[in-house]
Amino acid sequence: MTADMTKSKAEKQTRNLAAVLRRRAGEVYGPGTEIDGLMRLSGGASRETWSFDALSPDGHRVPLILKRDPLNEKRDETADSQFGGAKVLLGVDRWTEGRLMQLAGEVGVPVPEVPFFLDADDQTSAGYVMQRLDGEALGRRILREDAYARARPKLAFQCGEAAARFHNIPVNRLPSLPSLTAAEALDYHQDVIDAFKQPHAGFEYGIHWLRERLELAGDRLTLVHGDFRNGNLLIDGEGLRGVLDWELGQLGNPISDLGWICIRAWRYGYYDKPVGGFGEVADLLDGYQAGGGGQVPLERLRFWEAFGCLRWGVVCMIMAFTHIEGRERSLEKVSIGRRAVEGEYDLLQLVD
Amino acid sequence: MPTDRPTAAELVEAVREFLADHVAPNVEGQLAFHTRVAVNALAIVERTMAQGGAMDAAELSRLKDLLGRDGDLAEMNEALARAIRTGEMDDQGAAVLDHLRQTALDKIALANPRYLTPRG
Repeated sequence: MTADMTKSKAEKQTRNLAAVLRRRAGEVYGPGTEIDGLMRLSGGASRETWSFDALSPDGHRVPLILKRDPLNEKRDETADSQFGGAKVLLGVDRWTEGRLMQLAGEVGVPVPEVPFFLDADDQTSAGYVMQRLDGEALGRRILREDAYARARPKLAFQCGEAAARFHNIPVNRLPSLPSLTAAEALDYHQDVIDAFKQPHAGFEYGIHWLRERLELAGDRLTLVHGDFRNGNLLIDGEGLRGVLDWELGQLGNPISDLGWICIRAWRYGYYDKPVGGFGEVADLLDGYQAGGGGQVPLERLRFWEAFGCLRWGVVCMIMAFTHIEGRERSLEKVSIGRRAVEGEYDLLQLVD
Repeated sequence: MPTDRPTAAELVEAVREFLADHVAPNVEGQLAFHTRVAVNALAIVERTMAQGGAMDAAELSRLKDLLGRDGDLAEMNEALARAIRTGEMDDQGAAVLDHLRQTALDKIALANPRYLTPRG
């Protein structure tokens, strides 16, 4: 395809999307609502993100973001994919993702509002629209830039408080979600590693250690965010503004979210701050208690941090094998495979 | 290996330098990001060519001590992984952990030596 053809195709897609959004925004903000500044933000293979403003007839301007599935691709409704024979959980659909944000917002978790959804039809793939908030989500910038210096010391507490609140959403209010107990989650990660046929003594040691301590995991099963970390948090000068990216939402052990935000991979080199590179464990757990999550024993947090290291390693391997098995040839993905050792190394420091 | 100079390592080094010095400064956005990823990938290959052999030999020697037998590296690693899973290594836990930590440290030294250096 020539560059001109690609450009005209992209322009046509943008025009079509603008028409869809105008119709849906009209239903929400009133007839005559216009769409302004529609612009594609990310070109990821698995998701499209768009930015636009809705202009209502009374002159009100609403800054919004659309996240939708890629066009021209029928989504695998089971949300699973075969990796070397193992099923890999790839996340929930767009409706569920947006719905989880709405539910979290209702219990006081800072999240962007989700005013409407797009159903898949001949004009668009499925998606949800959320408020475009001001702030920074790039982990490194949050840790480095002066603009967030005042926010950083507050974040660990605020993250704990937010997590406690969404962990306490009654399970019967949640949409249908994948569900994994601690034991099932361990089996899942072992199965994925086995499928790659690359015997791995380091992760094997970690899995064995975790298995022998399963009673430390706790047996609550709640909504978990699934990717609760520095990098999926919108921060402004005052603190936590939004918990983003709910597509790995699932029913699981709540402390898995707290372990995940502590693993070294999300500290971006700021290793002396165990929570996301910005905060202290004591503040995270104080916030968790203040938000109604109860007291978390340090041993339980350590279990889930070790588990998080295993999970990060497996995520890196899944990326690499996406390339190696030819599903998507990508230099970026295959290179991330070498980061699996970060999870392995950190896991081996946490266990004994 | 039937080769003259440049060696394979020297060729990889030349490609990395070309990407870093001549491509990266002249591209932007996604292409600049992927060029950096490519430079890093080639740096891993270079470090592996320079240090991988000695690391393999040391790892194999540790595996022989732990398992009390001989074999090639892949086979011995598979045996260790299996023995950890079945609990056969439980009575040697500390020695196994020392070995695995050293092996992981070597892998990091090849994959991303900066990972262990704190910032901030």
